[in-house]
Amino acid sequence: MYQVINKKILHETIYSMWIKAPEVASSVQPGQFIILMIKEKGERIPLTVADFNREKGLIRIVFQIVGKTSEELSTLEEGDGLYSFIGPLGKETEIENYGKVITVGGGTGIACIHPITRALKEAGNEVISIIGARNKELIIMEEEIRKASSELIVTTDDGSYGRKGFVTQVLKELLDKDKSIKKVWTIGPPIMMKVTCETTKPYPVDTIVSLNSIMVDGTGMCGSCRVTIGGETKFVCTDGPEFDGQLVDWEEFSNRLSRYKGSEKKSWDLYHEHTHLCSCGRGTK
Amino acid sequence: MAEMIPPKERIQREQISMPEQEPKERIYNFKEVPLGYTQEQAIYEAQRCLQCKNAKCVPGCPAEINIPKFIEKIVEEDFAGAYLEILKTDDLPAMTGRVCPQEEQCQQVCILEKQGKPIAIGRLERFVADWARENNIHGNLPKISKKEQKVAIVGSGPAGLTCAADLAKFGYDVTIFEALHQPGGVLVYGIPEFRLPKSIVEYEVKEIEKLGVKVVTDFVVGTTKSVDELTREFDAIFLANGAGAPRFMNIPGENLNDVYSANEFLTRANLMKAYLFPKYDTPIKIGKRAATIGAGNVAMDSARTALRLGAEKSYIVYRRSRKEVPARSEEVHHAEEEGIIFNFLTLPVKVLGDDKGNVIGMECLKMELGEPDDSGRRRPIPIPGSNFVIEVDMVIDAIGTSANPIVARSATGVEINQWGYFIIDDNTKATTKEGIFAGGDIVRGSATVISAVGDGKVAARAVDEFLSSGKSLKKSK
Repeated sequence: MYQVINKKILHETIYSMWIKAPEVASSVQPGQFIILMIKEKGERIPLTVADFNREKGLIRIVFQIVGKTSEELSTLEEGDGLYSFIGPLGKETEIENYGKVITVGGGTGIACIHPITRALKEAGNEVISIIGARNKELIIMEEEIRKASSELIVTTDDGSYGRKGFVTQVLKELLDKDKSIKKVWTIGPPIMMKVTCETTKPYPVDTIVSLNSIMVDGTGMCGSCRVTIGGETKFVCTDGPEFDGQLVDWEEFSNRLSRYKGSEKKSWDLYHEHTHLCSCGRGTK
Repeated sequence: MAEMIPPKERIQREQISMPEQEPKERIYNFKEVPLGYTQEQAIYEAQRCLQCKNAKCVPGCPAEINIPKFIEKIVEEDFAGAYLEILKTDDLPAMTGRVCPQEEQCQQVCILEKQGKPIAIGRLERFVADWARENNIHGNLPKISKKEQKVAIVGSGPAGLTCAADLAKFGYDVTIFEALHQPGGVLVYGIPEFRLPKSIVEYEVKEIEKLGVKVVTDFVVGTTKSVDELTREFDAIFLANGAGAPRFMNIPGENLNDVYSANEFLTRANLMKAYLFPKYDTPIKIGKRAATIGAGNVAMDSARTALRLGAEKSYIVYRRSRKEVPARSEEVHHAEEEGIIFNFLTLPVKVLGDDKGNVIGMECLKMELGEPDDSGRRRPIPIPGSNFVIEVDMVIDAIGTSANPIVARSATGVEINQWGYFIIDDNTKATTKEGIFAGGDIVRGSATVISAVGDGKVAARAVDEFLSSGKSLKKSK
């Protein structure tokens, strides 16, 4: 049992939880992920680590409700336990002193970019962070990211907070203005990462993305997460999750993310039919 | 007690066939196909054993079971005694009784094999193990005094479990580290329920835990902790993490949505119980027409699983001919009975998809057999221009596995060969680092459960010898 130590609702659909997992916390590095199962009959879902506390043996996860498992996860309270929690998995971010770098986070990708940003800054980099979401409510972990980076720029699609527009517009301006920027990390929804890569392509910077493929074991055994990188098949779980974004076959990646759309909907509908009790209007009880 | 029958009658008597679920019925469920001998059938079969003085079956068993002795106990109707006899060397009898290729081992060297009716040793072993489980008969706990030395076992598949059980019986403090959430390795993620019920694996693992073996799940040696770190906490280590990584054909279209590795397909179905979706949360593709590439046991398991999940047509696509099929004949027979369609001398060259990434077909080439290759089998050669398309909506690659590098990467001084498998001394399973041993598929590549069991036994003795001589990984720092 891996206990939920602290739970926070960051947005109506986005949750933060600190999980007691001392073995994972003792060896985790920025950029790595974990796989969890809520219960024995549950599925294994990968989540990039949002933060960790080695002394207390804690791992922080941040997730958005997108289906049955994430919704069920959101119903856990402090003191409840997870059936399984495995990690750290995947390769760690290549942290070194590059000079000046940018980290870009969108949606729950903001949480994933957090430990990477912090480690980059600790390694001596000047780190500019750009975080963006559709509106003000969806901007999460702003203070943590501000603390972890040298400079923070917030954007919202609707202009309800920070600068109006997309993260890529700010990114382009920065790259135009400052030729000393060496490297960009971007984590968020696939379309956002893809567009970020298109934005950085004309500039002499490396762009690293972190992919969130569908996985089963997460240790290189099943190949569910495979993706084409520069014409070669790679496993996100053991070769990644971070890759050179310019080499990713985004169409294939997006297609493979939709492999179980039908089943996911069935699962979600059944869950709501049987257990949904909140007042959002989706449930029947 | 049943009577011993005269040798002449033993030789005349025919082998008792195994009762099985009817093919028409079983393709709609995941229940076990062979139903097991009844008590009467087991005794009748056991009576046929000639009780050879220099029984050839015993050296033919990698698990070193005293076969004539346990069979004699069955004739005496002392089933508990038969169970305890098997347990002396094999702690996974319900499992080995089911999945061992006895026809290539103990039964192949049985004196009655010459007449085409060897003693059904596997079926008898299974009977004894099942009887003991159903009648609550357990093995004796080791009487030996506990030793202080600690041994880490990496992986809880057949090699790891066997080695752990033997070392616990020697008195060592044994911990198994398993990356998945359930112990059993390939026994739980790979072999389907209809060949090896998971409740049986769970039971046999629990029996091994009763010997004092600790099983830590959710622990990925290589990332949660490195092998190097384990050498500071344990006196010896046995690496049995399995072959791990799936192989693909490397043909166009192989990353389309409905192309699976057998590992993924079977893990979803078996370990995650996707065949019970949505009762269990893990989904799996229900193809109408499924093509499985390869013809080993894993390919048979995949094709038969696809059928049970609801495929109307389930194909085996194999580049060689029927003669070269590596799967057990029993598995091929079961597959054929169930209506699996075999396409021999067929080489997939491209998986075809629509614009959403869904599979709509597989382009293949016809092959013909040429001269023998390195493996001694006739080399299949493509016939130019023979391209044709099999209409399928899912493809399963079951063409083998390669070494997963996670464990090896974290083990300084433990050398691997060009394919990533650990280099070992065959006699002791010792790796190139003293105190670290390795066995099973991470040494052999894709082999059998029973060879893994054998490796576990050999390694346990070598670990005992290493530790008994006063050596320890902790001291070699």
